[in-house]
Amino acid sequence: MLLIDCPYCGPRAEIEFAYGGEAHIVRPAADVSEAEWEAFLYLRDNTKGVLAERWRHSHGCGRFFNALRDTRTDRFLAFYEIGTPRPETGEAA
Amino acid sequence: MQKFSVFSLAREAFGRHLGWRPQWRSVAPKPSYDIVIVGGGGHGLGAAYYLAKQHGLRNIAVVERGWLAGGNTARNTTIIRSNYLFEESSSYYEHALKLWEGLSEELNYNVMFSQRGCLMVAHTVHDVQVFKRHVHANRLNGIDNEWLTPEEAKAFCPPLNISPNIRYPVLGAALQRRAGTARHDAVAWGFARAASELGVDIIENCEVTGIDRDPSGKVTGVQTTRGPIRAAKVGVSAAGHSSVVMAMAGIRLPLQVNPLQALVSEPVKPAFPCVVMSNTIHAYISQSDKGEMVIGAGTDSYVSYTQRGGLHIPAHTLEAICELVPDFRRLRMLRSWGGITDNTPDRSPITAKTSVPGLYVNCGWGTGGFKATPGAANLFAWTIARDEPHPINAPFTIDRFRDGTLIDEAAAAAVAH
Repeated sequence: MLLIDCPYCGPRAEIEFAYGGEAHIVRPAADVSEAEWEAFLYLRDNTKGVLAERWRHSHGCGRFFNALRDTRTDRFLAFYEIGTPRPETGEAA
Repeated sequence: MQKFSVFSLAREAFGRHLGWRPQWRSVAPKPSYDIVIVGGGGHGLGAAYYLAKQHGLRNIAVVERGWLAGGNTARNTTIIRSNYLFEESSSYYEHALKLWEGLSEELNYNVMFSQRGCLMVAHTVHDVQVFKRHVHANRLNGIDNEWLTPEEAKAFCPPLNISPNIRYPVLGAALQRRAGTARHDAVAWGFARAASELGVDIIENCEVTGIDRDPSGKVTGVQTTRGPIRAAKVGVSAAGHSSVVMAMAGIRLPLQVNPLQALVSEPVKPAFPCVVMSNTIHAYISQSDKGEMVIGAGTDSYVSYTQRGGLHIPAHTLEAICELVPDFRRLRMLRSWGGITDNTPDRSPITAKTSVPGLYVNCGWGTGGFKATPGAANLFAWTIARDEPHPINAPFTIDRFRDGTLIDEAAAAAVAH
């Protein structure tokens, strides 16, 4: 089980959290092309390496936040608030 | 190729089993092939076999990063069934099931396909309605599926606890009698042996590191850890690594990989006659010919390539199984492992041409790819050979995520496969 460090509540067990998928995907304006809409809804980098992802502390404070995690090892590199830029980790994505 | 039969077995028995030869040729990559298949699991090896057998193409290589069938082919719980809701899905999986039924004879290799039946247990009113809908939809499509009362389910699978007093009582079950299990390694080895006999080169320890294209964008070959290989067509059947390989050609896929865990118990005498699946409480169980209870758990929620997951996931499954089959409470678990499943948003696979000429992809099988092995291989071979999909896999395009023609088994089946 992952140990997830909620920026608001501190480290808690994974079962308190809901996964939110890839982070930093911005909803496009309503008049975008089908290709852009497809990319927003469905296409994902599915990164093998450092992935920026969203978590929600659903059985805690209820808030969304972002995390950087290496999907090759499941090791977390950073936790940061929604709306802040992705931190530099010095590791290749 | 040595033909396997009772006579060859007897001959080798008298010769102290010293005459068995390797079942496929071990080769170094040639500089050029007509077709390169990326991924030496059941789907990739099968595609190479059907390309050679049914489409008369012989200059084919299968390149595999590790060893044959070491990925999801080795990591699933070997359940085979075709009782999917939608016509598109059920005809695809039924195509596979029909091929399973003749596969051992076709390959002269015992894939240990056992049609012991698959019970899908219903625990809630919603389950009952959904499964009955499945039964009717399947029967309209000519696929066997029947509804059993709890007593009938108990008669079919005596270890099942049908007490009304448990947390999730058994309210009935859908039974597909033609469903069952097969031996996972044998499927891959059987395809490898038969493909090798037809001239297919099977190259292990050969990781693809790039996809070469000419100025028009057409595929011209692959870069590998064992050097460049030229090829007019490249078929990617890389399961959990599909996104990684396809990114080399600049294609983003609608995939997300999740760990899916499974575990086996200590081996015991025959005690469990069929496959039992419970989607509501996330338990999938059958007994292998070795005697182990093979148990499938749910998926972990997050993206991961680690081939392992959290212990709370299988623990949840074991709790459910202990209630559903109380006889198993004292069984000890021997091994657990994870596979990385490539899931599409609609939980249906992709077997299709891509926007890059000469590049084909078979992916998105998620948590249910093993059952489709011969069917997916067969139709992927058709798609590559003819540069167009077979009518059965025609709906399983990448473009469906753009034009909206999803095959939404995720919502409709309420199934984690």
